[in-house]
Amino acid sequence: MAEPKTKNHLWLHVSLITFTMLALYPVFWVLALSFSGQQSVGLIDLPKDPSFFERLRGILPFPAHWSVKNYVEVWTEQQFGRWLWNSVVISAMTTLLGVFLACTAAYAFSRFRFPGRNTGMLMFLVSQMFPGTLMLIPLFIIIVKQLQLGNTYIGLVIVYATTSIPFCVWMLKGYFDTIPYDIEESAIIDGASRLTIFWRIILPLAKPAIAITALFSFMTAWNEFILASVFMESEANYTAPVGLRFFVGGFSSQWGFFAAGSVIVSLPVVALFLQLQKYLISGLTAGSVK
Amino acid sequence: MASIRFDKIGKQFGETEIIKNLEFSVNDGEFMVFVGPSGCGKSTVLRMIAGLETISSGEIWIGDRVVNNVHPKDRDIAMVFQSYALYPHMSVYDNIAFGLKIRKLPDADIRKRVKDAAELLGLVNFLDRKPKALSGGQRQRVALGRAIVRNPSVFLFDEPLSNLDAELRVQMRAEISKLQRRLNTTTVYVTHDQVEAMTMGQRIAVLSACDKNKPRATNLMQCGSPMDLYDRPDNIFVARFIGTPNMNIVPARLSDDGSTVNSLGGSMPVSAQFKQAAQAMRGREVMLGIRPEHIGAAHEIDWPQTQAIQGQVEMVELLGHEAILHFKVGGQIMVGRLHSHGHLPAPGDTVTMQMKCEAIHLFDPVTELRLR
Repeated sequence: MAEPKTKNHLWLHVSLITFTMLALYPVFWVLALSFSGQQSVGLIDLPKDPSFFERLRGILPFPAHWSVKNYVEVWTEQQFGRWLWNSVVISAMTTLLGVFLACTAAYAFSRFRFPGRNTGMLMFLVSQMFPGTLMLIPLFIIIVKQLQLGNTYIGLVIVYATTSIPFCVWMLKGYFDTIPYDIEESAIIDGASRLTIFWRIILPLAKPAIAITALFSFMTAWNEFILASVFMESEANYTAPVGLRFFVGGFSSQWGFFAAGSVIVSLPVVALFLQLQKYLISGLTAGSVK
Repeated sequence: MASIRFDKIGKQFGETEIIKNLEFSVNDGEFMVFVGPSGCGKSTVLRMIAGLETISSGEIWIGDRVVNNVHPKDRDIAMVFQSYALYPHMSVYDNIAFGLKIRKLPDADIRKRVKDAAELLGLVNFLDRKPKALSGGQRQRVALGRAIVRNPSVFLFDEPLSNLDAELRVQMRAEISKLQRRLNTTTVYVTHDQVEAMTMGQRIAVLSACDKNKPRATNLMQCGSPMDLYDRPDNIFVARFIGTPNMNIVPARLSDDGSTVNSLGGSMPVSAQFKQAAQAMRGREVMLGIRPEHIGAAHEIDWPQTQAIQGQVEMVELLGHEAILHFKVGGQIMVGRLHSHGHLPAPGDTVTMQMKCEAIHLFDPVTELRLR
């Protein structure tokens, strides 16, 4: 038998490492900035006439001094804690409302035949084709002018939930469609009502898909900036993304706070992803394989 | 316990007619099998009994009430699905107990009933497992357990064995029959497999698909005991459907006095049961049916009256205990039976086989009904 030929993977590795570094460079920069204990974007002070190595040193994401000052101060001296809390409440409410409505709607679209069923699904799809900014003015008129919900949690929650529902419904309907109808008929004969079937059979079986839609709803609300910046007028009601922008907008340029805040904001999402990753694959491939 | 009665049941899906003028009854405690090719509406019949399908016309009776508008859960039935339809996220115990929990039985009662069912079906060691950790046969048993635990007055089976491998199918066939006899519950069983129908059913109903080109009064072709259907098929459809290998059906002509029937270059006396009908149709075309086991080699049979036919061997299928002989007689493929240990002809050989005269069936070529 011939020796299995060991392939030289060197170039593959070199290119992969290069691209990984390229992708991670901004992340490292933000991390370095957040731990630098200062507010300027530059991590080191370059001398008047820098040499090549000093310039090289200047683009490495490695601060001259290490300090957690930015993290401490972003909590103590700024309203960042408050903004984070706003984001948590709004995102949680959006997730609950969005997932609940999406589940019930998707179940109906999947199982019942009613006039407007196909049109309804199509409208959901069409609604996803417009850029979010296009909706800014109509949403502002509806939520702020007509419903008087400007500057409130509930106003943003309604907007976020309606934005995330179309995707969630498509996602969940696709998953519900793969649950054999036999199972439900069997439950009907067993004596279960529609509601019982929905709660005790369908929802437990759709856990992976629900996890994904929940994550999606949460991220929609958690990361959104434009609508929140328009709807939330008072500083106390800012969400985290709007607050972050506040550090570096207008006359201030507190990049250190911005970086520390960004890291804090991304932690819950990372945690959620890690928590839900076991569902990710099965949830995302749902519907592709029966 | 309850009987089931179909009173002039019809079912259409839009323009398409699925069930036409179906009339039959299943007696209390009887095992009734619905059999037919795919698309004949047999599953629809079952689903109408279960209440999962609406009824276009007619009345269904279970016991002494019309159930057309009774919700499935109030019909006191249990159904076993082809796919088993187990709840994948529940343990075997919870699967079996689900219907009882929904009906809010006391916990102790539920535990006892599930335990009894599990013992009956040999599932005691698997109660904590999820369905995906079970074999096909075990899943099938869980589905059975879910049905029997409720102690319903009617069992409905929708092709429950078609997902099992051949060996297991034979075993479960016997188990279901035994279980039904033991519980003595009225049972309707749907299958496309005529062997299952013959072996399990106390009575069999044969359905055929509604065909616009062949308008019939109903798509229930015949309903009777297995041997009834086998020995006295009402029409060519049933004759062909019941029995393996299929019955040979060939064109024939009655003699001018109606006493003999001529086919395949020979002439056979008309047996007593067809005498009268043959008189009425004397000199006319008929269809002659004869089962493969009634065509044999002269030295292997001792039938009182035979007619020889000669043909060319096309194929010999060796089954071990017997051999199935396909041979061509004047453009017509005939199937006969030989002992497997005797001399077997080779394809291309000319053979002379004997037909058992008293075993022939006669059918009207136009209506396809048995002459009577």
